[in-house]
Amino acid sequence: MCTTCGCEGNGNKISMTVFGEKNKSNTQKHSHSHEHHSHEHEHEHEHEHRHKHSHKINIEVDVLSQNNLTAERNRGWFEAKNIFSINMMSSPGSGKTSILERTIKDMKDKLNFYIIEGDQQTMNDAERIGNAGAPVIQVNTGNGCHLDAEMINKAVKQLNVKDNSLVIIENVGNLVCPSLFDLGESKRIVIMSTTEGEDKPVKYPTIFERADICIINKIDLLPYLNYDLEKAKNYALRVNHHLQFIEVSATTGEGMEKWYELLLSLID
Amino acid sequence: MHELSIVGNIIEIAENEARKALAERITELEMDIGTVSGIELDALNFAFESVKPKTMLKNAEIKINIIQAKAVCSDCRHVFETENVYTLCPVCDSFKTEIIQGKEIKIKSILVD
Repeated sequence: MCTTCGCEGNGNKISMTVFGEKNKSNTQKHSHSHEHHSHEHEHEHEHEHRHKHSHKINIEVDVLSQNNLTAERNRGWFEAKNIFSINMMSSPGSGKTSILERTIKDMKDKLNFYIIEGDQQTMNDAERIGNAGAPVIQVNTGNGCHLDAEMINKAVKQLNVKDNSLVIIENVGNLVCPSLFDLGESKRIVIMSTTEGEDKPVKYPTIFERADICIINKIDLLPYLNYDLEKAKNYALRVNHHLQFIEVSATTGEGMEKWYELLLSLID
Repeated sequence: MHELSIVGNIIEIAENEARKALAERITELEMDIGTVSGIELDALNFAFESVKPKTMLKNAEIKINIIQAKAVCSDCRHVFETENVYTLCPVCDSFKTEIIQGKEIKIKSILVD
């Protein structure tokens, strides 16, 4: 079994496919750079000093340090190319792709979008985003439950992201795992929707605690639901009192102007 | 189940260090895990057990020091222990609190031979 993702010997297939480029799928066993530890170490000479006795090695290292280093490299790459990057996270079905679709259609004349779509399987989201008019790469994580910095490092290069642009990363739909993995983004956005419980922020605090902006989607459904918007915001503020809220409906377009204003103000 | 990929990172770091020391196996791994680090200990242990057998940590004992989370209130500067990231300040009821300890996911040391 592979030690990085726990996949079986034949490998968890992580694939990256740019929308519109057929058969150029770059399939790799792992996008991250670990090795399967099946190789032999051949030492030409005898190690006279080989330690036979048990001894302690102090390591004192953050387990996520490798990911964090790669994330910082991404951040430097973005900075040098004047790219603003957003990591969008939410549970499945809260409307990440719908918000993106609408944002691209309404704002593509003003902003140079590049989208990275993370899903375990299928090109479905990349097709929706591609049809909305933005260059998009689909990262299929296989069994993986989140994107990591290494995947983003490869994806932005394969997508050939140009200078002075906006990269939006739609993370794998999951309210737990993506929160721990810095991708090198400028801002983190967490999305919740009115069809979920108001207490999502306290049930899954880590993702809310590490976000900068919270978009509340599906506000057009409020009249039909028992969802208490203020209660939801209060829960989120308890977890992270720096959170900034935007209320939208990706379906009707309500509130989207405010989101666009915020987006433009962030990039300036 | 991000614990599986976290365990992968842990093993990779530990094996690299062990190889640098020309060790053959790792007999113990000591870690600090914070109570609000986002790591579920049961899931972490489960991931270790499933991944360990094919690594240098095959028979390693995994020692985990649990680091109790602490927060400081931004309003009254009171420091207190907390079970989660959203506890109100017990002194002034403010929710403007920041975690100052308890997010650790750190490898302390390994024992090799």
